[in-house]
Amino acid sequence: MHLSNGMGSMSTASSSGAWKSGDVVTDQFPAGLRVLVVDDDPTCLMILERMLRTCLYEVTKCNRAEIALSLLRENKNGFDIVISDVHMPDMDGFKLLEHVGLEMDLPVIMMSADDGKSVVMKGVTHGACDYLIKPVRIEALKNIWQHVVRKKKNEWKDVEQSGSVEEGDRQQKPSEDADYSSSANEGTWKNSKRRKDEEEETDERDDSSTLKKPRVVWSVELHQQFVGAVNQLGIDKAVPKKILELMNVPGLTRENVASHLQKYRLYLRRLSGVSQHPNNLSNSFMSPQEASFGAMSSLSGLDLQTLAVTGQLPAQSLATLQAAGLGRSTTKSGVPMPLVDQRNLFSFENPKSRFAEGQHHLSSSKPMNLLHGIPTTMEAKQLANLHQSAQSLGAVNMQVNAHGVQNSSLLMPVAQSQPRGQILNETSGNHVPRLSSSMGHPIMSNGMSSGVSGRNGMVDSGRGGGYNPMQQNSSMLNYPLNNSSQLPCNSFTLGSTPVMSSLTSKGAFPEDVNSDVKISSGFMPSYDMFNELQQHKSNDWDLQNVGLTFDPSQHTNSMHNSLDPSVLVHQGFSSSQRGGQSRSPTTVGKALFSMGEGNHLGNVQNTGQHLNGFVVDNTVRIKAESAPDATSQTSFFHEQYGQDDLMSALLKQQQDGIGPAENEFDFDGYSLDNIPV
Amino acid sequence: MEVGQMQRQWVDYTKSLFLEGFLDGQFLQLQQLQDESNPDFVVEVVSLFFEDSEKLLNDLTRALEQPTVDFKRVDAHVHQFKGSSSSIGAQRVKNACIAFRNFCEEKNTEGCVRCVQQVKHEYYLVKSKLETLFAMEQQIMAAGGSIPMLELNF
Repeated sequence: MHLSNGMGSMSTASSSGAWKSGDVVTDQFPAGLRVLVVDDDPTCLMILERMLRTCLYEVTKCNRAEIALSLLRENKNGFDIVISDVHMPDMDGFKLLEHVGLEMDLPVIMMSADDGKSVVMKGVTHGACDYLIKPVRIEALKNIWQHVVRKKKNEWKDVEQSGSVEEGDRQQKPSEDADYSSSANEGTWKNSKRRKDEEEETDERDDSSTLKKPRVVWSVELHQQFVGAVNQLGIDKAVPKKILELMNVPGLTRENVASHLQKYRLYLRRLSGVSQHPNNLSNSFMSPQEASFGAMSSLSGLDLQTLAVTGQLPAQSLATLQAAGLGRSTTKSGVPMPLVDQRNLFSFENPKSRFAEGQHHLSSSKPMNLLHGIPTTMEAKQLANLHQSAQSLGAVNMQVNAHGVQNSSLLMPVAQSQPRGQILNETSGNHVPRLSSSMGHPIMSNGMSSGVSGRNGMVDSGRGGGYNPMQQNSSMLNYPLNNSSQLPCNSFTLGSTPVMSSLTSKGAFPEDVNSDVKISSGFMPSYDMFNELQQHKSNDWDLQNVGLTFDPSQHTNSMHNSLDPSVLVHQGFSSSQRGGQSRSPTTVGKALFSMGEGNHLGNVQNTGQHLNGFVVDNTVRIKAESAPDATSQTSFFHEQYGQDDLMSALLKQQQDGIGPAENEFDFDGYSLDNIPV
Repeated sequence: MEVGQMQRQWVDYTKSLFLEGFLDGQFLQLQQLQDESNPDFVVEVVSLFFEDSEKLLNDLTRALEQPTVDFKRVDAHVHQFKGSSSSIGAQRVKNACIAFRNFCEEKNTEGCVRCVQQVKHEYYLVKSKLETLFAMEQQIMAAGGSIPMLELNF
């Protein structure tokens, strides 16, 4: 379908419409990808449009966010991906990002000439699936299709796994189809997917019920029913049981509703302007779909989950932690969710010792805002815990996050992230030293752990400034370091190859590596970030970072998870190293140009794979997909690996763990019962 | 002057622009986007940049002339200018913008005023250079030649 854009876009006639209708890839894919690009700068807009056209995408350009939104609303399925500038006069790019995520659940790429880590972090926390630094090169745009595929892939996975819940959703299909032109359009895509997977689901359901809990896909209709029920009951009196009764959706469980309610509360809180408040958990509730959720919540949720999953952290303790954390920051409704998520997610095992410690901390410290902006209130102790847990979770988180993040329809994301944040916070503070030791282990690194922690702490800053508190605490530094470093990594990976930075850090890699890495301007930001992080963080992190070696194989989706603090550290180094290089295009640019964005991305991915940690969900995901390319980059990784046998060992562990985790991202119903909503 | 000579001059001139830092790799990207179906892409984009920049610089100057300077606004303008100049590869302009933003953060009016002068200076400089370049290109085309492909190995 071709959108009718009033912006005078020049959509080419060669669109592969078939691509959207449920097929993942057509022969022409990714040609015909329908991109909506929004930027108030006419020069950039023109260049971007030309570049995208060169990539054989169908481009619609728009210089105002309001117009872009109305375009998107008019053509619910008219676009596959949105690229938006951050600074726009009529509407903040992040706001647009939120709207798109909430209403249309499309992948959104942010871009800006601003490479400051806080801005990039904001992108991550708000759910952007990538962040490009201007000037954007065509190589960076060539691979944006991966975000679309990834998102769809995740949604399909959800569909397949949702079992009975799916059935309930499917029943709504007819009405959804009828309302094609209405806001239900957004769900139609899911419907088509569901229909497609119906048979599979039927079979799966029987098995899945025993193996894993079905995941609820909160489509727009379902969410509207939910909101209607909540409003009817009154937000204060809305308890999952009653909401469930009012909604009367077959196959929906109380746990599903509980977790969704938690997320929704956070979202409302954020909307009501509490976002700046550290305790504002609602930030995490971006939208039913995951966009931001996935990114954020998955991270935080993963932490807890990882802990929980391995069974080392009893669900109850998690619940307690979460409850504590949640209760502190917001209503406790959120608590149940994380637990559930964690359980499902976890398939991999984390060292028992680690969890034990984490548990200890978790229970002792308050939960940090896991999700999007919740962690702001993280305390030092929490941070320490987080850090620690992040570390151990890192491996777990990665997977979980990866998984979680990707599933836009995950309800849990919010919840998940929360618990994780909590855990992370809690553990990180106390276990900073441990982190170093556990660092070797962290594959969690894929960024989850760190990403998560970052999320909690960092995310908050991005969202509601939750991060701030974390940073203040020294113990937090460790974690935030990861977070920040990780997050930047993530974001950077998008734009640049954060991985590279990691390579250079720690000195494991020669300066050469850095230079190679430097390809994209994106690096710059990451490097800067790392530098800062480096400075802030304690040395503990450094140790950890060094040891991070990710298994590329591990990541597919879990790339983002790899938080490895060490990776971050590396990055920090790299950034410092790079500092000399600076952005000046003349020096770097020339070399970079040859590398091209492709390499950049490839690198990122490679690194992402290895590092995992850097890219927090969204960003990582993106990178992960493009992994295959960076051959040159991979070499860096090898170096890393060579240096850290431990890491590889850890990675292997995580690989096993991650695999399953990715497949199962079922939050529902798990330990929620233990947590009062 | 025959076409070959003009082409060589064009190449030399372009190279000098890169060597002197007026242009960076991003400009090359623009050139790569130009092809038979979009033969005037670079000129179009750069012209758009000029147009937009004039407005931007005016806004900037006026913002700094206010009795109370709104640094946020100034910074927003500079940020925008940094984005657009970097997008077309106007490296020196971009660098001037980066320096400018620091003064904005410090809310240093005097520093900002100096910066805006600097930015303008760099902008007009690169503008005239590019206009010269485009004039050369037109001459080549008029003489029946084509613009050579740039290979910068430096």
